[in-house]
Amino acid sequence: MSKHVLSLLVEDKPGLLTRVAGLFARRGFNIESLAVGTSELEGLSRITVVVNVDGAPLEQVTKQLNKLINVIKVVELEPDSVQRDHMLIKVKTDSTTRSQVLEAVTLFRARVIDVVSDALIIEVTGDTTKCAAFVKILEPFGIKEMVQSGVLAMGRGSKSITEKVLK
Amino acid sequence: MTNEVLTGAQAIIRSLELLGIDTIFGLPGGAILPTYDPLMDSKKIRHILVRHEQGAGHAAEGYASATGKLGVCIATSGPGATNLVTAIADAHMDSVPLLAITGQVGSQLIGTDAFQEADIVGITMPITKHSFLVSRPEDIPGAIASAVQIATTGRPGPVLVDVTKDAQVKTAEFVWPPKIDLPGYKPVTKPHGKQIQAAASMILESKKPVLYVGGGVIRAGAHKELLALAETIGAPLTTTLMARGAFPDSHPQHLGMPGMHGTVPAVTALQKADLLITLGARFDDRVTGDAKSFAPGAKVIHVDIDPAEIGKIRFADVPIVGDAKEVITELNAELASQLKGKKPDYSEWWQFVNGLRERYPLGYSEPTDGKLSPQHVIQRIGELSGPEAIFAAGVGQHQMWSAQFIKYERPNSWLNSGGAGTMGYSVPAAMGAKVGEPDRLVWAIDGDGCFQMTNQELATCTINNIPIKVAIINNSSLGMVRQWQTLFYNERYSNTDLHTGTDTIMVPDFVKLADAYGCLGIRVEKEEEIDAAIKLAIETNDRPVVIDFIVGRDAMVWPMVAAGVSNDAVQYARDAAPVWDGEE
Repeated sequence: MSKHVLSLLVEDKPGLLTRVAGLFARRGFNIESLAVGTSELEGLSRITVVVNVDGAPLEQVTKQLNKLINVIKVVELEPDSVQRDHMLIKVKTDSTTRSQVLEAVTLFRARVIDVVSDALIIEVTGDTTKCAAFVKILEPFGIKEMVQSGVLAMGRGSKSITEKVLK
Repeated sequence: MTNEVLTGAQAIIRSLELLGIDTIFGLPGGAILPTYDPLMDSKKIRHILVRHEQGAGHAAEGYASATGKLGVCIATSGPGATNLVTAIADAHMDSVPLLAITGQVGSQLIGTDAFQEADIVGITMPITKHSFLVSRPEDIPGAIASAVQIATTGRPGPVLVDVTKDAQVKTAEFVWPPKIDLPGYKPVTKPHGKQIQAAASMILESKKPVLYVGGGVIRAGAHKELLALAETIGAPLTTTLMARGAFPDSHPQHLGMPGMHGTVPAVTALQKADLLITLGARFDDRVTGDAKSFAPGAKVIHVDIDPAEIGKIRFADVPIVGDAKEVITELNAELASQLKGKKPDYSEWWQFVNGLRERYPLGYSEPTDGKLSPQHVIQRIGELSGPEAIFAAGVGQHQMWSAQFIKYERPNSWLNSGGAGTMGYSVPAAMGAKVGEPDRLVWAIDGDGCFQMTNQELATCTINNIPIKVAIINNSSLGMVRQWQTLFYNERYSNTDLHTGTDTIMVPDFVKLADAYGCLGIRVEKEEEIDAAIKLAIETNDRPVVIDFIVGRDAMVWPMVAAGVSNDAVQYARDAAPVWDGEE
């Protein structure tokens, strides 16, 4: 099993996410993460899916996705593409630990979003490895709550997957 | 451009008329009532009122499979829509062009668990090619036109259009033709030239090729091109359950059907082949048996209009995405230019295959309980009805015997539920076929189990003057399940006895049932009565006919490859494996 990042250009239609998610469930493909949002084109959205499959099933995943009428394009991104996770972490702090937590925040180029006497909300962006490492550093202080976006990804260089798509 | 203002309901009917739809099978109810009002005034659309929505769905499938045109069914919201689900799933598995229109509760009520509300778009998402929920009247023409385009092009399939009640009642300007905006839908029909060249070269290099023909050839209307291709190559050919009729059974290159109940020559030729020329087939498990040991020495040319079928089960050495008709036409031209008038020599291969044909022809043993032989009955129906007739089967033993013992000479003459295996398909599908092809003789060859699932449509047939012939192959049991119990469950017959035979309490009595529905009912128990009954059925056209053939229940479908095992283990008859290595 290996990890693949797929970028989908889709029509922004009701039920689209159900169609995509349902396809993964029914064909037995494992989704590691999924992120949806608007694209630079009106009426079109971008979905980034991280799937955990072997080579042959990956071809099935992309072919089956392409069969969905509202899916316009499916691209597998190169491993060196830009891949970013976005996390919000609420970590327990007190007067003795706060400075150590802030040091970790600086080190990881994260940001403090909210401060109260016994906790901080920290925002961090980065690839999956960096985010996981940051979480590991914060764990000893006590993570009270954590939310995470799916991976957002984009191919490097000046090319765009939306090029040549619309007449 | 028309600039009339129509209600959404009128727009549905007008759109269907403008798209050339002339027949709809359906049943009204609350949420689709607005649409049934203008339907009553339509001069172009014949609506056939069924007795159960599943019947409407299968009738539309039968209509589509017999004519090659789009089948249309219509139902109300909630249970009306869910009753279509089996037929939609069936059409999805067998690539039948089907448009299902359903009423939906008012858009303000969606999500409130309103009366007769069901999320039919959600329910059918995995079993439709696409679906639309329409809640504004101005969106109706575009949705219907898009649905028809999607259902009938590329790989055909079912499309559902769910229209809220308020969208049917409200008015909007009717704009025709509507804008069809499907940027993500571009089926590839024209094959890649390089792939055609590669396929032709691979064919000419092969020593033991087999043409493995699937239902896609029939859906593409490519039977004539296939005949030319087969005769150019001169290789053995096999037609799957979905492709029966794509190539004449009388043709000397035809080995019959492959798969679980395929002929020994077809199954074995595939196993021993060095090349499979796969045309519109999808390596279904009922064809391949254990896929890992299927045709182990063969390279594969795989032609399909659906790219996702290529490489799904079996690696394709030469994948070709395209419409079967276009691909075969180009392949014919390429082969002609590479062959330059010569003919490939497969005489050694034919010697092997013909040896199998001599030793293992299709056959059956006579029942020992004094009842009719089901295979003989079905064979006689085929012989007396001729090659232009249409045969719609249910699912089970009678379906397999109908695929084996009726000789098909043309496409769109054999209708059945191949992928889904839907019991109850036969009677409504035959009804739909007869509506679409009124001049052809249409048989429903059904089992006593299947028949009891959808026979209410006999009322529809009688009242609407749709004179189908139903042959019930009555073995008083769920025959195929019973066969498996005989073979794999120590003859423990759990819940397969249906008590419809003459030596049982006979509930129901099919002749009386036929009579109650206004059909001619005939019971046949003796061999000498078979032909007379079939002839009487063929001659009777003022009402439907139901013949109750009382057949032996111990008859089994042979040959057989048990589920999940290698096709090398095909059994010619019980405990009789064919011998194919070395001389006899």
